[in-house]
Amino acid sequence: MAAVELRDVTKAWGEALAVNAVSFSVSEGHLVALLGPSGCGKSTTLRLIAGLEEATAGRIHIAGKDVTDAPPVGRGISMVFQNYALFPHLSVAENIIFGLKVRAVGRAERDERLKEAAAILGLEKLLDRKPSQLSGGQQQRVALGRAIVARSPVCLMDEPLSNLDAQLRVEMRREIRDLQRRLGITMVYVTHDQIEAMTMADQVILMRDGQIEQNGPPAMLYDQPATMFVARFVGTPPMSVAPWSILNTTGGVLPYPPHGLSPEVAAIGVRAEHVEISEGGLPAEVIAVEYLGAETLIEANVAGERFIVRKSGKVSVGRGERIGLHLPATSAYWFDLGSGRVVNTPQ
Amino acid sequence: MSAYQRATLHGWLLLLPAMVFLALFTHWPAVASIIESFYSTPRARRPSRFVGLDNYEGMIADPVFWRALTNNFWFAIGTIPLSIGLAILMAIWVNDRIKGQSLVRMAYFTPTILPMIAVANIWLFFFTPQYGLIEQIIGIFGGSATNWLGSKETALYAVIIVAIWKEAGFFMIFYLAALQGISPSLGEAAAIEGASRWYYFRRVLFPLLMPTTLFVLINAMINAFRMVDHIVVMTRGGPDNATTLLLFYIYQVGFSFWDTAYAATLTCVLLAILAIMALVQYGWLERRIHYR
Repeated sequence: MAAVELRDVTKAWGEALAVNAVSFSVSEGHLVALLGPSGCGKSTTLRLIAGLEEATAGRIHIAGKDVTDAPPVGRGISMVFQNYALFPHLSVAENIIFGLKVRAVGRAERDERLKEAAAILGLEKLLDRKPSQLSGGQQQRVALGRAIVARSPVCLMDEPLSNLDAQLRVEMRREIRDLQRRLGITMVYVTHDQIEAMTMADQVILMRDGQIEQNGPPAMLYDQPATMFVARFVGTPPMSVAPWSILNTTGGVLPYPPHGLSPEVAAIGVRAEHVEISEGGLPAEVIAVEYLGAETLIEANVAGERFIVRKSGKVSVGRGERIGLHLPATSAYWFDLGSGRVVNTPQ
Repeated sequence: MSAYQRATLHGWLLLLPAMVFLALFTHWPAVASIIESFYSTPRARRPSRFVGLDNYEGMIADPVFWRALTNNFWFAIGTIPLSIGLAILMAIWVNDRIKGQSLVRMAYFTPTILPMIAVANIWLFFFTPQYGLIEQIIGIFGGSATNWLGSKETALYAVIIVAIWKEAGFFMIFYLAALQGISPSLGEAAAIEGASRWYYFRRVLFPLLMPTTLFVLINAMINAFRMVDHIVVMTRGGPDNATTLLLFYIYQVGFSFWDTAYAATLTCVLLAILAIMALVQYGWLERRIHYR
């Protein structure tokens, strides 16, 4: 049984469709990332699941129960907000047990659950503090604590790490994932950061303009992108994709579009690790070189199209230098420019 | 002159213009009133002379003073909690996403920007016996006629109602500003935890609004003891001193009876009341308030 299931869920603000006939299901105990650029409808989708917004059409099921018209409290969910939504006048302990007090859980059980959550999150020494006396990471933990003590089977997270600095984000990523696994929580996790989605999730749902672009495990989004948008969104760096006809004007060596894809509407995409630098390849000009230690990213311009090359170690190429790029036919993705969909994926 | 001395001098020079006016129109009159309250009122043939506490003894024996003080006490009790309560209610309402939001906000704020004299005249018409608005409405439902401003039992209530109507919209603006500073995700977090609107208000909103409430409370107290304009227009303290408030009585004593020394004595009492209230509020309430 799916822990969370959406069927053709739509949310309209007047004429504008924030979420357009979205359907997906989340298996119990899985972490699903709703990924996409800002304004793609991922947060609205999460708020629909939480019951903070009312769906214009479609049904939402949580644990097999239709909750489309239920208030947030009847849905068996907890939620962590982007700004943590901690009550500034209450202590850490009171913040964590806020919901238990609302639901009139007995004092003994309240204390016990608080102790347990505090132990899990390492908050024991901070229980008497006010949120303003905590660091960002600690505030984040309190917000998690509030979600944990509720013991809801489903936990919703709205960009929970976006207010933390890079170092802490990496730590919290692992911590949240561990916690989710250990407690067996089903988690729906909204983020605009594809690294977060790729590293944490069992399943990534990439959204764009209120619709699902692709829904699958992280490796699938990377290896078999369904559309040009997915290819260009996922991966660090993302895939370089360019119209074949433009590249062909340069006169360099270029693989031919597969059978059935007309050259005028063909776009070729190659991952940075598969692009090679070679004499006689597509004539390109280096516009930027990023040295990352273990590898170097070279950004090059081919007839106005951007290509990124990843080379291990340090590469002695300078800005403005002219190089040749070789796109191997065996690792080329082919897209239809008209529909944006993938036509051919390398085996 | 060292740099430090120069900075100090510049600081005082910058403060000087404001300080001169503050001293001239606020501090000096207050001090002068206190001094004057120990002297007799100068008359044409009898210049003012030191009388010690005579004025204060006279005040304690003056039944109208006690009447004004009790009236003012009930006026404060009647207006402050109700206008603050109404202000919070209206602020929460117009803070929600409703249609015609800005129109409603403006409507609530209108009483504040209208000149008090005009407002008092409008209410005067509402309260008019026989053909006033309230009488006409009561007449439709077959109620008996009441002279709202003309009878001792109802006059103070009538004045209280006008004050509430005037104040609530003004205080609403402060609450609205405070509410806009509270993240809506707090309400959403509470909703997910199952808190009712009332629970959320009691445990989260109201405590977070406390700094505003303290500010509004002090203003409301000061206003309650400073109320004079619509008393002048609507009742002139009558009937039988039923609506005489402290400041109106001071005005009467000072400028109708020209007993300036006694007026100064009453003023000192008013100042003392306001000072004590401000001290109590800041000293006691402030410690219990959460500031962000």
